[in-house]
Amino acid sequence: MAIPKEKLLQAYRMMKTIREFEERVNAEIMNGQIAGFTHLYTGQEANAVGVCEHLTDADTIISTHRGHGHCIAKGADVIGMMKELFGSSAGLCKGKGGSMHVADVDKGILGANGIVAGGPPISVGSALAAKIRGDNHVAVSFSGDGSVNQGTCFEAMNMAVVLNVPAIFVIENNYYSEHTSINYAVGCDDLKARTEAFGFPVFVADGSDFFAVYEAAGKAIEHARAGNGPAGVFAEQGRYHGHFVGDPQSYRGEGELDELREKYDPLKNFRAKMAETGEVSGEELDAVDAEVLALIDQAVEEAKAAPRPTAEEVTQDVYINYA
Amino acid sequence: MPEKTMRDAINEALHQAMTEDDSVFVIGEDVAGCQGAEGETGSVGGVFGVTGGIYNKWPDRCIDTPISESAIVGAAAGAALVGMRPVAEIMFADFIGVCMDQIINQMGKFRYMFGGKSKCPAVIRFASGGGFSAAGQHSQAMYQVMTSFPGLKVVIPSNAYDAKGLMLTAIQDDDPVLFFEPKVLYQETAEVPDEMYTIPFGEANFVREGDDVTVVAFGQMVPKAAAAIDALADEGISCDLIDPRTSSPLDTGAILESVEATGRLVVVDEAPPRCGLTADIAGLAADKAFKSLKGPIKQVCAPHSPTPFAPELEAAYIPDAGKITAAIKETLA
Repeated sequence: MAIPKEKLLQAYRMMKTIREFEERVNAEIMNGQIAGFTHLYTGQEANAVGVCEHLTDADTIISTHRGHGHCIAKGADVIGMMKELFGSSAGLCKGKGGSMHVADVDKGILGANGIVAGGPPISVGSALAAKIRGDNHVAVSFSGDGSVNQGTCFEAMNMAVVLNVPAIFVIENNYYSEHTSINYAVGCDDLKARTEAFGFPVFVADGSDFFAVYEAAGKAIEHARAGNGPAGVFAEQGRYHGHFVGDPQSYRGEGELDELREKYDPLKNFRAKMAETGEVSGEELDAVDAEVLALIDQAVEEAKAAPRPTAEEVTQDVYINYA
Repeated sequence: MPEKTMRDAINEALHQAMTEDDSVFVIGEDVAGCQGAEGETGSVGGVFGVTGGIYNKWPDRCIDTPISESAIVGAAAGAALVGMRPVAEIMFADFIGVCMDQIINQMGKFRYMFGGKSKCPAVIRFASGGGFSAAGQHSQAMYQVMTSFPGLKVVIPSNAYDAKGLMLTAIQDDDPVLFFEPKVLYQETAEVPDEMYTIPFGEANFVREGDDVTVVAFGQMVPKAAAAIDALADEGISCDLIDPRTSSPLDTGAILESVEATGRLVVVDEAPPRCGLTADIAGLAADKAFKSLKGPIKQVCAPHSPTPFAPELEAAYIPDAGKITAAIKETLA
């Protein structure tokens, strides 16, 4: 599958934006600038970008508590997101949602979601709407290896098959649900087979390789868009940080994180691939890096100066009409 | 004006809304019925018959589902987020227990968490309350629990006329609405116009008007309270009977105005007492109309126990006209 150069640069830009956004958020949390619970996506950038590069604004995604990457990849305004994390009333969600509820419905982002496997049923609804309307939009739910043991995930997968709707279940296996290994929490040996037993194809990809995710997601999305019902994508890739910022990560094996960062870095791997094929030069990628760093600097600067919400905003936007 | 049952009144509202607006669809277990079976698809129309005839007219907008309540609510919420107007059926209100997250953490909070930049015009229907000896898992009111969650609107019709008008309002409303149909009233009739009409949320109905006591009642308690009040007329006692029709939003103005005029309040609901609507409204009056009160606020509700099975036990459990009469007399004593 040949990818046009413009799209390659865009994919790299998105992955780099996610990386720098997350690393900067981590630093600002340590500086005491960002409140609440935050779950970072660093290391898994290729999953979000490999999927979202196939989508339009009319397609929807729904995300997880580890949602910054998905939202950025689907086109959320990065500065608005940073303001939201800082709790500003000028944030994407007016400071009402924060890290776990970043959303932009106009861009097809039905929200990050603080409930594990809260998203898949909602995504089935978005897919059902597409089917009833007779358009060819698809609905993607991102969820993790923890979500596959939730009843809502099973319900959504079965219902998507029964209703034959264009729902794509992207399962990101980062090997840990909170502090517990997938080896413990998933009772069967073959999660792919267990998922396919619901009655739809699952495409597996190395989540450190943008090109592998892009290809797998392309097959799944094509399957769903063509009216063949749901499909799944399994992307396997560890996260570089803990479950949440501040997690001591006592569950990690010796050298595990070093190996992860060394061998399984989607950005490094992307650069290596480009060096090999010559499709995009190192200088061009360096230029993207500089652009992204400037954008993140600007986002943090603006977020720090952005207006703070006032007490009367507490009760606003509970309803559309209050009668 | 034609007499219709509450079941038929709601069914008519659904048919009319679906005729008028292509974005309205129904979804739930057996809303059509017989899918994949030898019987005629669409011949069930919901276990209480409320969605009857919809599949035959709009097979693409009458979505039968597996028994997966979380996925039903989630699908309604997701479709509503992208511009549809789903009316989902969860069957018995007790089944909120298996889809609570999708109702309270998802559809009820999208708009707030997303900074007011989304709308979720979904209606979720429930058959609610006791009266059928359906025991502990098929008899609960549940609306009192859901009233405590901001972001959701909660509707409890007490007659066929209100049910149709409130359902049409619910479907047009841009916020998520939980619609609790007291199942013991499905066969009760009232005069219901054939044409479409709406009844605004947050606007109480004065079922009776009187001077001595304010009685506030919900759902199936409204006809029981009316019977109690009518019988007291012979004794020279007259009461306001207020049916709030929606517990969220609640017409606090109508309740307080009446309490200020009568000085006495009896609140009636079929749910158990703790953290329920009777305590809520009693607290409202104690807070905002204390100086008007001339007698104790009386709460008439079920005891703090699950709903029992045996007909004698259930009759003792659900408040009846006798208990309402006694409470009215106690506050007057």
